[in-house]
Amino acid sequence: MAYSYGGGELLSEISLKLSPGSFHFLTGPSGSGKTTFLKLCYGALSPTSGDVRLFGQDVRAMDRDDHAMARRRIGVVHQDCQFLDHLPIADNVMLPLTVSGKDSIEHVADLKELMGWVGLGKRAGALPPTLSGGERQRAALARAVIMSPEVVLADEPTGNVDWEMSQRLLQLLIELNKMGKTIMIATHDLNLIRAAKGQVQARVLRIANRKLQLAGADL
Amino acid sequence: MSALLQKVRAFVAGDAQADRVVPPSGFTARLTSFAAGAMAFLAVFALALSLASGRLAQRWGDELARSSTLRISAPVEQMAAQTAAALRVLETTPGVAEARALSGEEQGALLEPWFGPDLPLETLPVPQLIEIQETEDGYDAAGLRLRLAAEVPGAVLDDHTRWRKPLEQAAGRLRMLGWVSILLIAATTGTMITLAANAALAANAQVIAVLRLVGAQDSYIAHAFVRRFTLRALLGALVGTVAGLLAVMLLPAAQEAGGFLTGLGFQGLGWAWPVLIPLLAAMVAYFATGAAARRTLSELD
Repeated sequence: MAYSYGGGELLSEISLKLSPGSFHFLTGPSGSGKTTFLKLCYGALSPTSGDVRLFGQDVRAMDRDDHAMARRRIGVVHQDCQFLDHLPIADNVMLPLTVSGKDSIEHVADLKELMGWVGLGKRAGALPPTLSGGERQRAALARAVIMSPEVVLADEPTGNVDWEMSQRLLQLLIELNKMGKTIMIATHDLNLIRAAKGQVQARVLRIANRKLQLAGADL
Repeated sequence: MSALLQKVRAFVAGDAQADRVVPPSGFTARLTSFAAGAMAFLAVFALALSLASGRLAQRWGDELARSSTLRISAPVEQMAAQTAAALRVLETTPGVAEARALSGEEQGALLEPWFGPDLPLETLPVPQLIEIQETEDGYDAAGLRLRLAAEVPGAVLDDHTRWRKPLEQAAGRLRMLGWVSILLIAATTGTMITLAANAALAANAQVIAVLRLVGAQDSYIAHAFVRRFTLRALLGALVGTVAGLLAVMLLPAAQEAGGFLTGLGFQGLGWAWPVLIPLLAAMVAYFATGAAARRTLSELD
């Protein structure tokens, strides 16, 4: 598939299949199209040529409800996190459950565990604007996984955190992968990729000159 | 029916968790409640006007329908003979239930408001009036006029049509104006609530983006806005309706000589009609916000 915007082609001749349980790193310089690629992966954008299939369904043939249902199966960690600023962070993390009509009371224990898992147990009642960049990214990760999605797409999840925290977030994602989740992490942090070496079987992809390439050998 | 009631009950009860996803927005909340309240207040008066005109039309119709008057103008020495002839004609006219010549006292009472109580009626050439009551089918006025022209040359038949029709028409138009006003008020309420909903939706584009990111269906997002605006409109209209009813109750009481304006209000079961105003406002808000939300959500694709 290919994707063009504003008359210029951002991505071309892209062909990739994310197999269930696979782990991918997506690298490339800033502005190379990593975020655009991830958006194509979860159906926020449609390709200008070729096709993208989410769980076997062509995104162009999907209506808005189909997209909503597909997104419940894909946890997304956005670069800018995107929270509802008027709700405490615990409610933001619960949001995927809330919008899918699941009884949030039944999942209070899960929430507590998850908030502890991402190190935000004591910040559950804080409003998003009061959180640090790292806390926001951990909260975004917690929100992305609370529905136990089949796929997790993370866009620069360690962009605003220190090395120790980035290692912790990486461990969380590796643990999810070991639980059978498909993971794709877009990052320009090569140290993060090196840190994953030996812990997970991952494929490193690189976007360069609008094309997707395999970056060296698999980890 | 019970399924519909269950839906309404679930809509009103809501879901506390789902309600919180849309941030409280003071400006649009106040605008919606105020618009609904002001429009409900006006709607109470439009409804009162409509119902009062309906009663007026009914009264005029009832009083003047199925009655007519025969006026006999003749020299004094022929008056009795012509009156008797006219009564004979009327007795044999199909559609006439009763015909009765008014007595001197009755005619005097009719003239009293203009000439006072001491009018020497017997010295004046006052025409003799005959009151006619029609059957339900009525009589053939044109045929009766022809017969009277032949047998009672001084008789003039007034079947009240020329009075009744314009009065009934005027009251009918007034009633229609009342209903048109209510429709215009509903349309204005819908327009204002649509504007407020559009403003709220535009201000919450980021909220909508987040909700979509986490898998919210459009119906869920729309419902959050629709419920909020519907309840605001219902509450505002409730306050406006109560204020309107109090204002109507404070109008001077209806009296015989008070004319139309003092009769503006509700009577009997008519008091139940204003209950519908808040419900109508809520329905208008429900559909207006629903349409605005669907349009905005499709544009935010």
